[in-house]
Amino acid sequence: MSEVIVITSGKGGVGKTTTTANVGTGLAKLDKKVVLIDTDIGLRNLDVVMGLENRIVYNLVDVVEGNCRIKQALIKDKRYPNLYLLPSAQTKDKTSVTPEQMKKLTDELREEFDYILLDCPAGIEQGFKNAIAGADRALVVTTPEVSAIRDADRIIGLLEANELKRTDLIVNRIRMDMVKRGDMMSIEDVVDILAVNLIGAVPDDEQIVISTNQGDPLVGSDALAGRAYMNICKRIQGEEVPLLDLDTGNGFFAKLSSLFKKN
Amino acid sequence: MGLMDFFKKKNSGEVAKDRLKLLLISDRANCSPEIMEMIKNDIIKVISKYMEIDAEGLDIQITQTESDASNGNVPALCANIPIKDLKQANKDV
Repeated sequence: MSEVIVITSGKGGVGKTTTTANVGTGLAKLDKKVVLIDTDIGLRNLDVVMGLENRIVYNLVDVVEGNCRIKQALIKDKRYPNLYLLPSAQTKDKTSVTPEQMKKLTDELREEFDYILLDCPAGIEQGFKNAIAGADRALVVTTPEVSAIRDADRIIGLLEANELKRTDLIVNRIRMDMVKRGDMMSIEDVVDILAVNLIGAVPDDEQIVISTNQGDPLVGSDALAGRAYMNICKRIQGEEVPLLDLDTGNGFFAKLSSLFKKN
Repeated sequence: MGLMDFFKKKNSGEVAKDRLKLLLISDRANCSPEIMEMIKNDIIKVISKYMEIDAEGLDIQITQTESDASNGNVPALCANIPIKDLKQANKDV
């Protein structure tokens, strides 16, 4: 049975696109057939994070306007046999697509794919409404900051009002050193405040920046964030995976211990 | 500001959590500052009938309180009303 999952946050810059890229790639690594849809019309980004920016011919707006067939617009990621991207349009705006059209599109893709991931734009306007229209469930991404959590709370309320079956939380960019000295809210604090199921926490890891530079999602790698993302993918599939211990001291020891774990 | 003094000793993570809790309660209650101001003015009017209060020092906030009826916490309107003259109050009542 296929699932349509929207990745959303309200606030911009908390890691929606990075999360979409990593979760999508991770699910493909777990042998699922996955399509990623960038719904941020006008501000196309998922293609660069995925490293597929040079292969775009058609986009989301072309598909809904009927300029091409869905298959023509899907970019096959050559690194993973089951992974596809439907890029967004860069020259149109959010009103080029309606929620009804998005629902029709996702329903068509259900026949072909196990997971359809929608990268939602920031905000709660038309773009958000388009992205959630056809979704079964949502991953709400937040960081341990007052502004991001406030927006996440608003988003969770809107998702409930739109009767999505399930909403899970990803706490992104956790810095355990700051949590330890009391200068950052802990994962427990954030979950406590938002009162929603936690599906994973991702540490603030410089490897993320490096992988984004290279256009190659780091999910599944030995980096702490890579392992955290892979755990999230497994939990999405319904596996019970204990929360990763992010408290591994500094980066050097984290790398060292992960080296030993691998061997 | 009194509230800031109260938080001074806490580390910034705690401060953030406390600020957020209050913020989200008022966000969720969907109560605009205008409405809060109107409630405040009405409270001043009513209480002033019975005692002399410090209208400047009056502070109302939506916070949380434990409810016996339902499980867990419920939003509560919390008013802090400094009384200027209690004698007057006693005389009137």
